[in-house]
Amino acid sequence: MAHSKPPLHRPLSPHLQIYRPALTMIMSIVHRITGAALYFGTVILAVWLMTAATSASSFAVVHGFLGSWFGQLILIGYSWALLHHMFGGIRHFVWDTGRGFGADERHLFAVLTLVGSVLSTGLIWVVVYSVR
Amino acid sequence: MVQLNLPKNSRVGVGKVWPKPAGAKNLKEFRIYRYDPDGESNPRTDTYFVDRDDCGPMILDALLWIKNKIDPTLTFRRSCREGICGSCAMNIDGLNTLACTKGMDDVPGVVKIYPLPHMPVIKDLVPDLTNFYAQHASVEPWLHTSSPQPEAEWKQSHDDREKLDGLYECILCACCSTSCPSYWWNGDRYLGPAALLQAYRWLIDSRDEGTGERLDALEDPFRLYRCHTIMNCANTCPKGLNPAKAIAEIKKMMVSRQV
Repeated sequence: MAHSKPPLHRPLSPHLQIYRPALTMIMSIVHRITGAALYFGTVILAVWLMTAATSASSFAVVHGFLGSWFGQLILIGYSWALLHHMFGGIRHFVWDTGRGFGADERHLFAVLTLVGSVLSTGLIWVVVYSVR
Repeated sequence: MVQLNLPKNSRVGVGKVWPKPAGAKNLKEFRIYRYDPDGESNPRTDTYFVDRDDCGPMILDALLWIKNKIDPTLTFRRSCREGICGSCAMNIDGLNTLACTKGMDDVPGVVKIYPLPHMPVIKDLVPDLTNFYAQHASVEPWLHTSSPQPEAEWKQSHDDREKLDGLYECILCACCSTSCPSYWWNGDRYLGPAALLQAYRWLIDSRDEGTGERLDALEDPFRLYRCHTIMNCANTCPKGLNPAKAIAEIKKMMVSRQV
């Protein structure tokens, strides 16, 4: 130790580069990413409502964009982000009560969050396309 | 702060491939992180081949075999070889664990070994744990009392003693803290799962009378609340403990003392 280099010059050991991802870890970062994505989704929603309140021509532009295949893709993504973040939020709410920390439980929670969000998003859009 | 890639002096290069042991039939390939503090070059990974017919079953056996038979410069910490000292904690096959309790058979294919993640490396597989130990000391891991000293020992019921199960077994190997992305990004201010599990061990000890001050010390956006329930700590603990649960219990104590 006496002759080792000062701490500042020591290399940092690899972390993300080598750590094996676990489903719980992935669901944690996805919760964050979907949370951030909701800001952008909310902006789209606000713009859509604002144009609806102002003029028919500007509404037609936004409505046309959101109705295009690309716009629909964004809306599907937005609804998935919202639902995924909601299921993730419920998971965190259960954890806040001190429950659901067991090895099987936490894995099951991660699976349920993912399956729940994908299924419910699919269900919503099946309903949307069938009533349109 | 979050820095996803490694600093320039920390990028890992490809090292040397050491010759296979002569006449060995049953080989296991190891790729091991090497860093020489006396040289000027970056860390690298060296490749070794272990003769399994001549070596014990555990990863630590293989490391010792390499050190004895191939490369005496390979540096790592080890002591008890039975999972109670915590010295040989390292990242094996992508997960933090103890080399002495991890079997070679548990790792399919090439065994990749790195030091505990996101730590300053002193040499090879030896990380600098100064900050980690300081964080443990900061939770004052000893009995706090204000009552007069009893004649004999501080007594505890069987039920109260049971509350320490799953906490007192911690060997401070640092596997959990160094598996935690929150600790990677904010290890200077977030105490990390190991220190917080220890904090909880004293918080729920029926003999301890310092609960209020202990909670005051943890009431901080970073020290406690950087835990985002990522669960890597609980997934990786070689003793099967659950720091994430202990942290959740501390958070509950924070709330319940305010209502």
